Amino acid sequence: MIPFRVAVVASIAAIVFLVVIFELIRSRRLQERYALLWLITGGVILILSVWRDALRLVAEQIGIAYPPSALFVVGFLFILVVLLHYSTVISELSERNVRLAQDIALIEERLRMYESRSEGEHAARA
Amino acid sequence: MSQSGSSLDERLASKKRIAIVPALNEGETIGRVIREIREVDPGFQIVVVDDGSDDGTGEVAQAAGARVLRLPFNLGIGGAVQTGYRYALANGFDIAVQIDADGQHDPSQLPLILEPLVAGEADIVIGSRYAGVGTYRARGLRRVGQHIFAAIVSMVVRQSLSDTSSSFRALNRRSLSLFATDYPHGFLETVEATVLAGKYRLRMREVPVTMRAREQGRTSLTVPLSLFYSAKVLLAVFVSLFRRPAVRLEEES
Repeated sequence: MIPFRVAVVASIAAIVFLVVIFELIRSRRLQERYALLWLITGGVILILSVWRDALRLVAEQIGIAYPPSALFVVGFLFILVVLLHYSTVISELSERNVRLAQDIALIEERLRMYESRSEGEHAARA
Repeated sequence: MSQSGSSLDERLASKKRIAIVPALNEGETIGRVIREIREVDPGFQIVVVDDGSDDGTGEVAQAAGARVLRLPFNLGIGGAVQTGYRYALANGFDIAVQIDADGQHDPSQLPLILEPLVAGEADIVIGSRYAGVGTYRARGLRRVGQHIFAAIVSMVVRQSLSDTSSSFRALNRRSLSLFATDYPHGFLETVEATVLAGKYRLRMREVPVTMRAREQGRTSLTVPLSLFYSAKVLLAVFVSLFRRPAVRLEEES
């Protein structure tokens, strides 16, 4: 069974973590779609800290002798998922970044052409 | 050489053609490259893609009479070249050639890479340094890498290719429509681009060309960077084997 003190500290840490995420969403510094994975991570850790039997069961199933270690394993897996998710987001963003930079170059060239043409017309009228 | 018997110039005359010159801090050589292209064929619209230069490359190119596409920041050669392809596709060009801004590619050899394209024998014509003429040989690690890439790419596209890092190329509208939509980013992009073209069953043809020594005498890649890009390209080539074509190509008229 997970020691009571470990359970209390882990629960408090998880709650603080969830509150920080909530505050980040509230102040619009974190979009909901990216907060979801973090909320689930914090939620699962909180549940496993409070509900000590569940953590013991999980630890036994995987074959971990010391239940608090299972907390690390679960947390680690969730962080991996979050990071992988970020890599996909970054890939998509850089793809769009390239596209936008190209669009700017193409549009800027057209604009320059139009401007030099209309300057020519003004000169012709004057 | 040609079926109709008419000269290359005559058959080119009806085609709207563009020369795409990607440039990064090539202010010293770009002007001459532009003049040389125009001397060979004044019918070419010359478009310089300025990939975030800070030496006034864009201004020099504009003064020399080229259209300039100015990228707001450096994209790397792949993203820069694709800007030119997108311009070419959107503006209805039939033929696009790609020429380096550092003077390495000799515009007087343009007819060599245009001939098979105009004859309708290929969708992409690649000027190869290793297909016969010329004495260019890369040295050391570079040479080994080029051989490995050529071997791998030849296997993947089931066609013997000798120079997969050459960017002296000519494209028809069909291959242009592919590269404008999907083109690899970063360095060594020609390797990936060749595999991509093979995936879409574009007809590729290598013709022997000679290239001049790089005038500014420097390669933009350091050893760790080229190892990184080599690994990246190998991964990209491997993954592409498991990907289905998604771009709809334009038909040649």
